[in-house]
Amino acid sequence: MKWRPALAAMASLALVGLCLISWLGLGAHGDDGPQPPKTADPQAQIARGEYLTRAGHCVGCHSARGGAAFAGGKAIETPFGVVYASNLTPDAESGLGRWSATDFWKAMHHGRSRDGRLLTPAFPFTNMTRVTREDSDAIFAWLQTLPPVSQRQPDNSLRFPFNTQAAMVLWRALYFRPGIERPDPERSALWNRGAYLVRGLGHCDACHAPRNALGAVATGPVWPESSAGQSPRKATMSELSGGWLPAQDWYAPSLRLHPEAGSARPWSTDELVALLRDGRHDRASILGPMAKVVFNSTQWLHDDDLTAMATFLQSLPPGESRPPPGIPAPIARDDTLRLGLTLYEKHCADCHGENGSGQPGRYPALAGSRTVTLPVAANTIQIVMHGGYAPGTAGNPRPHGMAPSGPFLSDLEVAAVVTYIRSAWGNQATPIDTHEAGKYRRLRTD
Amino acid sequence: MRFRAYPIRLFPQIFIWRWRGRLLSGLCLLWIAGIAQASDLGERIAPCTVCHGDQGRSGRDAYYPRIAGKPAGYLLNQLRHFQAGRRHYDWMTALVDPLPESYLTEIAEHFAALNPPYAPPTPTTLAPDQIELGRRLVLEGDPGRALPACVQCHGQQLMGLQPAIPGLLGLTRGYLVAQIGAWQAGSRRAYDPDCMAGIAKKLQPQESAAIAQWLAAQPVKAMAKPAIEPTRRLPLKCGGIPQSSEMPTVGERPQTESGHPR
Repeated sequence: MKWRPALAAMASLALVGLCLISWLGLGAHGDDGPQPPKTADPQAQIARGEYLTRAGHCVGCHSARGGAAFAGGKAIETPFGVVYASNLTPDAESGLGRWSATDFWKAMHHGRSRDGRLLTPAFPFTNMTRVTREDSDAIFAWLQTLPPVSQRQPDNSLRFPFNTQAAMVLWRALYFRPGIERPDPERSALWNRGAYLVRGLGHCDACHAPRNALGAVATGPVWPESSAGQSPRKATMSELSGGWLPAQDWYAPSLRLHPEAGSARPWSTDELVALLRDGRHDRASILGPMAKVVFNSTQWLHDDDLTAMATFLQSLPPGESRPPPGIPAPIARDDTLRLGLTLYEKHCADCHGENGSGQPGRYPALAGSRTVTLPVAANTIQIVMHGGYAPGTAGNPRPHGMAPSGPFLSDLEVAAVVTYIRSAWGNQATPIDTHEAGKYRRLRTD
Repeated sequence: MRFRAYPIRLFPQIFIWRWRGRLLSGLCLLWIAGIAQASDLGERIAPCTVCHGDQGRSGRDAYYPRIAGKPAGYLLNQLRHFQAGRRHYDWMTALVDPLPESYLTEIAEHFAALNPPYAPPTPTTLAPDQIELGRRLVLEGDPGRALPACVQCHGQQLMGLQPAIPGLLGLTRGYLVAQIGAWQAGSRRAYDPDCMAGIAKKLQPQESAAIAQWLAAQPVKAMAKPAIEPTRRLPLKCGGIPQSSEMPTVGERPQTESGHPR
């Protein structure tokens, strides 16, 4: 009988799953968390809640384009199907109108909805679990002040088996332990505040870290609540080591590797703070998906919180550079470089300079640019193809823009000019072929 | 009385005279700062001019409309529509996405103030009765179907109406037909009440073509500008367009768009 081993394997898998569920206590509802401290000043709590909601960039997913703020409905594309963001306004039927602060805490801390349903990891509860009860209550208090909007989000359209609660249980068993971010006594208060914001509310690793085949993020150290007093599971070297954004076709560069966007060098803490607050400093500016993060989130944060985040990010060990040394990079063909040079002089040199040096504060340098030489050329091709604006912020209210070339350059020409800037002026990155450039011609906005 | 009036009238003159040097240099600085601000916008809006032309006179092909000389309120409304998904062109949406209202207003006012020469009109290719149909719909509308004439809102000269109604001349017929089609399909929208959607949905295909052909065939006078008629009553209530003289410069914004209340 052919099917007998398969059946046996399935049965034992199911048994192992059941054991895991009972062992981890996942079947039980999560606890209510520490009793909420009485707030002396509700107005201050609401103001703090708005600030924290910005720090969490909640609006990025929980508002659909053109829709009411925080009314949800935005389609979040994942490799497993589409998840629709929920309505956070206090509407009784479709929003959080009937929720209590404890219900909200359970969603944040345990990833569990008011009705007991396990939320999909598209909601980054692996990060939000690190948020304190006090902060969770403040966010909830602010959300409750929004005008209620009656708008039910469509049902998620996830593929089987990802649309089952059993899959959610298994995923949690593998990748999730609820637990508040605990301060590291060996580090400064500033560093700990930064770690809390980056790993928790800021959920930077939702983009800036690799995901495995089941969509789980390589996270920072985890403090399981059931084992209080034990030392945390150590952070992996892949924490914040860069991730691909499949829905946008952009690469969120590593925040620790020096050849990517690791910030230990060459930027000062002040420059990193300026980048997050203003969307640019003299030597770099932000384009692409991160521009919206600055626009909606980080530009509103206080300088001391940004300094804390910068301090934490700059403390990350820089790690190995990629690709491994010893493998020579393919050399670009001469005719490609000649075409690239011609196009560069015609369309790019006016702003970025004949020698790729740019103009500080206006046009970023391309010579030595870490974005240009990223092993993944997606971002450079995107910028050349579609152009873009740095975010308009209080510190940079009239940003310079990069003109799109897609409307008048062919895929072959885009590939040539990108190949040229990746290999000119001492830059050493792999050439790009026409097919690679063409993959990014379609622009994907939500 | 003369004695009292004398020092009061003279004092500012003395003041101005004594500090004439400082005042003059201050004024010079303000003037230079103003020019610097205005002139450096050009280098900041390369993403706009690469397709719409450095004078906003329209672009590489029929797809990119002339934006120069359109009312600032209209241009600002369109930038907001791209941001909010009421108009669909991903390239525009991606560019304006991270920009604040103040900057969009400055960009809109910049292009509204330009007035480069218009391209020559496109001769029509339709039969005379179709052209007559186009002319009649533009100038007279069809009262039987409650279809207002274009000139009732877009100005007697069809050059638009301040502060927020666009001119219809100097555009290619490909662009015009595409816009009517987009309104019919619901892929181009304006603020509610979306009066152009209602009008476009009443048009038959040959009527859209006739209107676009007739409009694109009209020559445009060199210094033609949007009309200023604050007392004109529009035949329909249109969202984003102030009625009579409610709003002097730019279009109103009926709803909060996204993000946090500021």
